[in-house]
Amino acid sequence: MADRAPSVPSTSAPLLAATAPPPRVSKSTSAPSRIPPASSLARFGDKIYGAVTFLASLSIFIIILWLLYQLTGASLPAIHKFGWSFITKSDWNEETNSFHALPFIFGTLYSSLIALVLSVPISIGAAIFLSELAPRWIRTPATFLIELLAAIPSVVYGLWGIFILIPFLKLYVFQPVIQPHVPIYHRHLVHSVIRVGHSHLPFSYNHFDTTHIPLAQVKGIGFLFTGQSAGYSMLAAGMILAIMVTPFITAVTRDILRAIPRSQREGSYALGATQWETIKQVVIPYAKSGIIGAVILGLGRALGETMAVTMVIGNQSPSTPSGVSLSLFDSGYTMSSVLANKFNEAIPGLNLAALVEIALVLFGVTVFVNIVARLLVFYTAKDVHGGK
Amino acid sequence: MMDVTTQKPSSLQDLARSQTSTPTATKILVENVDFYYSAFHALKTINIVIPDRQVTALIGPSGCGKSTFLRTLNRMNDLIDGTKLTGKISLDGEDLYDKRVDVVDLRKRVGMVFQKPNPFPMSIYDNIAYGPRIHGLTNRKKLNEIVERTLRGSALWEEVKDKLKASAFALSGGQQQRLCIARTLAVEPEVILMDEPCSALDPNSTFRIEQLMEDLKKDYTIVIVTHNMQQAARVSQRTGFFLRGEMKEFGDTDQIFTSPKQKDTEDYVSGKFG
Ligand SMILES: Nc1ncnc2c1ncn2[C@@H]1O[C@H](COP(=O)(O)OP(=O)(O)O)[C@@H](O)[C@H]1O
Ligand SMILES: [Mg+2]
Repeated sequence: MADRAPSVPSTSAPLLAATAPPPRVSKSTSAPSRIPPASSLARFGDKIYGAVTFLASLSIFIIILWLLYQLTGASLPAIHKFGWSFITKSDWNEETNSFHALPFIFGTLYSSLIALVLSVPISIGAAIFLSELAPRWIRTPATFLIELLAAIPSVVYGLWGIFILIPFLKLYVFQPVIQPHVPIYHRHLVHSVIRVGHSHLPFSYNHFDTTHIPLAQVKGIGFLFTGQSAGYSMLAAGMILAIMVTPFITAVTRDILRAIPRSQREGSYALGATQWETIKQVVIPYAKSGIIGAVILGLGRALGETMAVTMVIGNQSPSTPSGVSLSLFDSGYTMSSVLANKFNEAIPGLNLAALVEIALVLFGVTVFVNIVARLLVFYTAKDVHGGK
Repeated sequence: MMDVTTQKPSSLQDLARSQTSTPTATKILVENVDFYYSAFHALKTINIVIPDRQVTALIGPSGCGKSTFLRTLNRMNDLIDGTKLTGKISLDGEDLYDKRVDVVDLRKRVGMVFQKPNPFPMSIYDNIAYGPRIHGLTNRKKLNEIVERTLRGSALWEEVKDKLKASAFALSGGQQQRLCIARTLAVEPEVILMDEPCSALDPNSTFRIEQLMEDLKKDYTIVIVTHNMQQAARVSQRTGFFLRGEMKEFGDTDQIFTSPKQKDTEDYVSGKFG
């Protein structure tokens, strides 16, 4: 499933062109030698090789089609019963056999969006630092660490979320925001959830005591901070996802920046540009399509991530009538967390079909995001590199 | 233009006199310059007087240090880790490597055209406006003027005036190189350094750029590196011959090509090696 990072097309095309002539031909024509010309056996080998690689790529295509066929087949009862309302309504009830997936679809998209908002500035900043600014003695170990982070299994991030992130959010973010009048000191006594690091936390006794207006009542942004959160929340899911995709986006973006020809930077410096002007106006525009690609591949990862999100998102639709809430503090579901949670106890029949339909929708969303990514990369690359 | 050589010690006056037959103002004075890439000694005791508003050509076999030398003149080598320069280079009498010199300012005064055309990933217009903009010019009308003037100056205007908004990458190699020259002119430098500007171009584009140099030298001091000796002979008034990091001979172009004083120079210009 892991996709290759899109490289800047104009740089990759000549590379391909340069390696185009097969070495066998040039050898036999340029240097007269005793080696006989390519035998028919070798040609036959070429054909076999071609056929095998063709079958391999065909099999991927077949697997995808087969998957799609199976998913559609198994979800047909739900598709017939609920039609489009499956993705526009919110009610999910095993007793009344009424199944709708809007909160889950929304949860998947919203948690991924939060992840990108948090992750993209950090990733791009880190990539710029590693590629343009960092001295070598920082660059090498930091790059190694980032690649290491990308390799940690998601359940580990999930556990970290449960034991560190959630208690922290609950005690030092959600409650102070929702009930600013309760002194933080009081909370220590009441909720002694985390025992680690109490004494070095950077909040003073009455830090929140001075603000008596809950953020939820602030015009314009209040909707983000409503609800009574126990810590398991959209924000927690978005943060965990951000932590997971940041190393990935950083690593890909860094590679893209490193691949920019030195002559581009020198051209800018030669006109009297500063380093910052060069980065902002030459390096980043040159890498734009690649960076967009990196971000969208990161989004693809966030959309499909299951384990870590399931562990921190709360797995409960918010109590709003629509079943959908923009509040960062509310708990929620994602499509994959629903599947992970409910599949085991699903009742065969409509219930199971509805769950499979969720999988089908998730499949569709992921494919859609990837197609959009390709198109976006293609068009920005064309824009930047003059349609060549 | 003030003639700075008159204020220099007599040995430098001698140097200036020995390198130029006709008296002209000195633009850049290079005194005892040594240059190192970490441990590698790339330039050895270079002394050159670069005259104002003339074309100075630097020739020599590949790897002899021509580009390295050229890049010391706008401190482009500062961007490479572990490089070191000793000696003195002065522009109109100011020490380029003085601590107080603002490199950004210096590069504005000493522009550079590279071996491979390197337009930025933006429109033709924005490529030229890039320099003036980073130096604080936002006035649209003035920018328009600069774009037109520099494109005319680099003999590209007629070809691109109807597609200024098109990507610079859509131009041919020769057009891109002229665009890069226009881009350099747009920041109004005093000196233009050119590092084999025609080596990636076809003969026709080469011809146009050589013509351009002829025009430009009325207003600019040009230093061009070339491995094409005919080109050096055609475009330059002074020529310096580099070999293995040393400047073997420097003098009037006619003299270098017709009666070189050094054996190495003679061998090189007569095509015995290179
Ligand atoms: N960035 C660099 N680091 C180390 N050595 C370099 C670097 N650039 C050039 N050199 C070396 O310096 C010498 C002169 O190079 P250069 O100035 O590019 O030669 P020329 O332009 O005359 O062909 C060569 O031996 C080259 O290998
Ligand atoms: Mg060179």
